[in-house]
Amino acid sequence: MNVLEITDLRVDLGGRPVLHDVDLTVAAGEIVTIVGPNGSGKSTLLRTVIGAVRPVAGTIWRKPGLRLGYVPQKLALEPTLPLNVRRFLDLPRRVNDADAAHALAKAGAAGLERRQIAALSGGQVQRVLLARALLNRPELLLLDEATQGLDQPAAANFYRRIEEVRAELGCAVLMVSHELHVVMAASDRVICLNGHVCCAGRPEQVADAPEYQALFGTGTGGALALYRHEHGHSHDEAGEVCQ
Amino acid sequence: MSLLLTPFLIRAALAGLGVALATAPLGVFVVWRRMAYFGDAISHGALLGVALALAAQLPLLWGVLPVTVALALGVAGLAGRGVAIDTGLGVVAHGALALGLVAASFTPGLRGDLMAWLIGDILAVGPGDLAALWLGGAGIWALIAWRWPALLLSSIDADLAVASGINPRRERLILMLALALVVALALKIVGALLISALLIIPAAAARPWARSPERMVALALILGALSALGGLGVSVLADSPAAPTIVSVAVAIFALSHMAGALRGGRG
Repeated sequence: MNVLEITDLRVDLGGRPVLHDVDLTVAAGEIVTIVGPNGSGKSTLLRTVIGAVRPVAGTIWRKPGLRLGYVPQKLALEPTLPLNVRRFLDLPRRVNDADAAHALAKAGAAGLERRQIAALSGGQVQRVLLARALLNRPELLLLDEATQGLDQPAAANFYRRIEEVRAELGCAVLMVSHELHVVMAASDRVICLNGHVCCAGRPEQVADAPEYQALFGTGTGGALALYRHEHGHSHDEAGEVCQ
Repeated sequence: MSLLLTPFLIRAALAGLGVALATAPLGVFVVWRRMAYFGDAISHGALLGVALALAAQLPLLWGVLPVTVALALGVAGLAGRGVAIDTGLGVVAHGALALGLVAASFTPGLRGDLMAWLIGDILAVGPGDLAALWLGGAGIWALIAWRWPALLLSSIDADLAVASGINPRRERLILMLALALVVALALKIVGALLISALLIIPAAAARPWARSPERMVALALILGALSALGGLGVSVLADSPAAPTIVSVAVAIFALSHMAGALRGGRG
């Protein structure tokens, strides 16, 4: 059963086409990773799925009553707004202390309740955002470049956490990766986006090859995998498709 | 000292406290959302509303409120576009002020005491003004309390709000309309030029000592009330205009608060 079906999507931003002819479905419990160069519309796609951007054409079907968990790329909190982690988790709905502590622990942010959000590191903010998303018990978890700024062991660590979350909640995961070739090994599908869907496939397991281990560093424990792009076309400098 | 207990001073004190009450829950959002210019655009335009009310011989609020609401809707629309917002708001804020001054020069009842509308006349506040102010202030508290989680999340991150089923554009519109109401209610007391100051300064003064958004509202209310009473007292003793003195005291509190906050921060 699908939780999300996107058909013939076209999105313009400031009058410029950003996404066109995008078809994408996400099945319940599936992990889908989106890769693509800067400006390829990856974040815009996620923002369209949550309803922050209105498409010009096409349809976005969500399973009725679908519970979403959204983790944005970063949180630009105004320094004038005093807010600790615990209070943040109460927005928009209050949660009890046990649930909050459990979500923080699952996201790798245990014990941060009393810390001001503005005083956290980028990685800590990411984990708090993940904890907040988990409190909604999502059926579809949307992650926007969640591993940006993390080194490979930390990214691998984060990916393992997402796998655990999927195993526990059974939620589908649609994540945007800032890496073109290195993706989460547990991805069921990888989709390369560049305005449209360029290619799609499964990641290649690389954990055993010593040359890749050297490349990826040690301690990543097989959480990372390679994605080999197989484009039947190329793009010219303006991003248009060439045959 | 018997001067301090005369009815008109008691009314002035109640007016100052009423303005502090009505501005505190909105001022924090003006600071958090960097809306200072929005407050200016709406309040400067209020002068145009005064001219309108006098020319049409309408009760003051009936002339001012439509103008501030129209400006609120206009600047909310501008914010939705998101293009060159600073410049657009600058045009509206100063354009509204200039147009209001021109209109005032053609309005016989306004030309004489233009100053009172620019910087307010807290000592001329009547019981009717007070009732409207306190009722309006209570209404604003009820509105903000009702929308609080949605307003707060929209102010933190618009996309997070959308993903939680909140419409941040609607929340912004609610804030803008509440600002229009506060401006209309406080105009007679603090004047078109100084309303923004009382929205921003007590909230900004509260920041170093607030650990949660709710405490920042409470502190802004306390510091706003201190500014109002302190400023009124100083203005009686020094025979200075009330609203500018209140704003000056608020600025002094802001400076002290941030200096003390920096000292505490430096130690810790």
